[in-house]
Amino acid sequence: MTEHAARTGAAAATVSADRQPVVSMRGIGKAFSGVPVLRGVDLDLYAGEVHALVGENGAGKSTLMNILAGVLPADAGDVQLDGEQVVFSSPRAAQQVGITIIHQDFTLLGDRSVAENVFLGREPVRAGRVDRARMIAETQSLLADLGESGISPRTAVRRLPVAKQQVVEIVKALAVDARVIAMDEPTAALADHEVALLYTLVNRLRERGIAVLYVSHRLREVFDLADRITVLKDGALVASRPVRGFSTDELVRCMVGRPLSTFYPPAAGPAGDVVLELRGAGNDRIHGVDLELRAGQILGVAGLQGSGRSALARALGGAEPFTSGEVILTGQARRIRSPRSAARLGIAHLTEDRKGEGLALRQSVRDNTLLVRRSALTRASRRRLGEVDVAALLRSVELNTTRYDGDVAHLSGGNQQKVVLAKWLAAHPSVLLVDEPTRGIDVGAKAAIYQLLRDLAGRGAAILMVSSELPELIGLSDRILVMHDGRPAGELAAGASEEAIMALATGHSTEMADKADDRVPR
Amino acid sequence: MTTPPARRPVVGRVDFSNPTHSVYAALAAILVSGSILVALQGGVYLDSAGVLSILSDSTALGLVAIGQTIVILCRSLDLSVALLIGLCSLVAAEIMDGRTSMVVPAIVATLAVAALVGLANGLIITKLRVNAFIATLGMALILRGLLEARYTGPAGDTPLSFQQVGYTRIGPIPVSALIVLALAAATWWYLTQSRAGYHVYAVGGSPEIARLSGVRTDRTIISAHVLCSLAAGITGLYFAARLDSGSPFVGTDGAYDLQSIAAVVLGGTLLAGGRGGIVGTIGGVLILASLDTLFDDLGVNPFFKDVVRGVVIIVAVAIYARRAVDPRRRVERSPAEAGAAP
Repeated sequence: MTEHAARTGAAAATVSADRQPVVSMRGIGKAFSGVPVLRGVDLDLYAGEVHALVGENGAGKSTLMNILAGVLPADAGDVQLDGEQVVFSSPRAAQQVGITIIHQDFTLLGDRSVAENVFLGREPVRAGRVDRARMIAETQSLLADLGESGISPRTAVRRLPVAKQQVVEIVKALAVDARVIAMDEPTAALADHEVALLYTLVNRLRERGIAVLYVSHRLREVFDLADRITVLKDGALVASRPVRGFSTDELVRCMVGRPLSTFYPPAAGPAGDVVLELRGAGNDRIHGVDLELRAGQILGVAGLQGSGRSALARALGGAEPFTSGEVILTGQARRIRSPRSAARLGIAHLTEDRKGEGLALRQSVRDNTLLVRRSALTRASRRRLGEVDVAALLRSVELNTTRYDGDVAHLSGGNQQKVVLAKWLAAHPSVLLVDEPTRGIDVGAKAAIYQLLRDLAGRGAAILMVSSELPELIGLSDRILVMHDGRPAGELAAGASEEAIMALATGHSTEMADKADDRVPR
Repeated sequence: MTTPPARRPVVGRVDFSNPTHSVYAALAAILVSGSILVALQGGVYLDSAGVLSILSDSTALGLVAIGQTIVILCRSLDLSVALLIGLCSLVAAEIMDGRTSMVVPAIVATLAVAALVGLANGLIITKLRVNAFIATLGMALILRGLLEARYTGPAGDTPLSFQQVGYTRIGPIPVSALIVLALAAATWWYLTQSRAGYHVYAVGGSPEIARLSGVRTDRTIISAHVLCSLAAGITGLYFAARLDSGSPFVGTDGAYDLQSIAAVVLGGTLLAGGRGGIVGTIGGVLILASLDTLFDDLGVNPFFKDVVRGVVIIVAVAIYARRAVDPRRRVERSPAEAGAAP
């Protein structure tokens, strides 16, 4: 750590000798309900530079960015703009001095038009009236700059596909006369040609002298675009240097801080019998899905946002049921009509939105743990399964708390996820559907969740794991199903490359996967 | 390059996926089928008495519903309007006390009282973070207590000059209906042309997204409540003119709190906010009033009238609900995009 700190200092010194950063953040600290997520982080942004901020999920990247953009207040440290200390009380305050953010979750209003979204909060007024003509014209020209003149500024945003919504999001940030633009995982939802577009755009921003803070966990993008890289790990600064100072291996080591081999538990023995089979299953969001889930195996499901990867889990879990095709559970054709019927068939569904759909936040740990068992199971099956020992159950998921009567809201993200897992284990499922199981969870809890999932598989559960994080999919899955445009695009064996997955996910054939590297935009 | 879905061509024909269009189509259907039904019984539905009846039925409800539309659009609602109407009618009538010279001061005072109540509602909802339902229900109880402590029945007196506003007609069209129309037009302008109106829709769509985009969400909600209460205040003035005096429970007797919410929702505005508008609300008000007049003409049992009203509201909202998909979850895919996979 001291070695890193020394290097950081040296790098900062060489740059600050010739020019002053636009934004300088010093000693930034932040904690959420007592859990520190940032500890004394420094960050300098220079005009005309792309500064990549990397680190694992939960490393504190988004939090740091949100503090910069006035979305969250910092607990400690200060922010300087052009050498003068500033405190942003709101995103508006940050916007007014030219600091704007593109959020990972879209901040667009579905019912309003593209132009209305782009100018939200800053509508031009002429003679007391919103100048709609000007809004439309300016939006049109910004869209044209991005080569997206096909998008009409008058279209309601909810009528646009996800990738186009992202374009609107970028236009919205550009429309502010920004000096600093922070981008949070801007390519997460983009297809290949749009990524190329984003590259062009980011380069254009740099030429205009804008300071870009680029948060991404896709290392290729970082090396392609960044002038400078800062690595965060567990909320602390690990390294901050010009991009030439890093090799890929070194960057990965900085980010992960441990060899990947111990992070993901090794696969268990050979796969067992087919537990669940889909034949041509579909609904209005996914179509013609054939798949087999085997006891003891983890099937990873990859795909871009909106590809139907979550819709598949939601259909199997009964949240948004299949309307066509067959579901065969241990040899019998079944219909999954609702989450209740899924639970009764022994299917557990850990949803993507843990706080919104997985937990009753204001109820106790104990009540949450017993939720599925109490509400969904029949009296007969409860009797058959026997009494539940909540304490033993929570110990089995390695939950580090004894305050079972406390609100589940007070637990950390990792512990909350363990409660969701325990709640389903109380119903003794044979199939587990886990959607983004480690989103927003710190690295330590992540490893525990991976181990728990692998152990469950080892004890005969069939697991379907949806994830947007390729390392996690590759590290944990026995097979990987890739979804594209609501359909399965192909299935890959364990240890598939990120390129192979992305090629399928973006709609290219398996044959092209080998050439993935050549295809990627410069 | 994929092309985005073009706007659905709606000019010159009715687009049933647009609630506003459906509302007016339904209104037309009621007027036409009503005319036939009444004619079969040997009467005339839309003679000048019929039109007058529909319009005067629409006046008070229309006024309240205009205000209610604004608060519902920004994901709030106001249950205190009915009692505020009574309070305002009393303030107006007591200050006027039969004197023409006091008409203007009385109007000013009435609107000031209304604005204050709206301001209180807005502040309670935004600063104390009390749910709008509870906040305005509490305000309604407070107003009821104040009214019951001071009044047992009508009080005050409005001068003849002021009463004329309530009764003067141009042909079959009452002046008060024109005032409603003018207010509706002003509100339409506010909601669709002014920056504040844009923010009403944004806050209703998502308070958090609006906040992150730099909208002053509290200010938007407070303004909406002030405007809603002003509309209730104007309704109070209207009743003071119609009834020659102030009447504490004229608003609650007409159930204008829930009726106005029903009219707004019937007009296609999402109760969750962010979608809808004043044009639909006026349609909703006219539908309720047309049904009332129609049932009177047909001599339908008054209890059955309420049953039909209830059914109409529920069916309408059920139809809208089928289209009110969550934009975050279900993104409509353009045909070009769906077929673009290489």
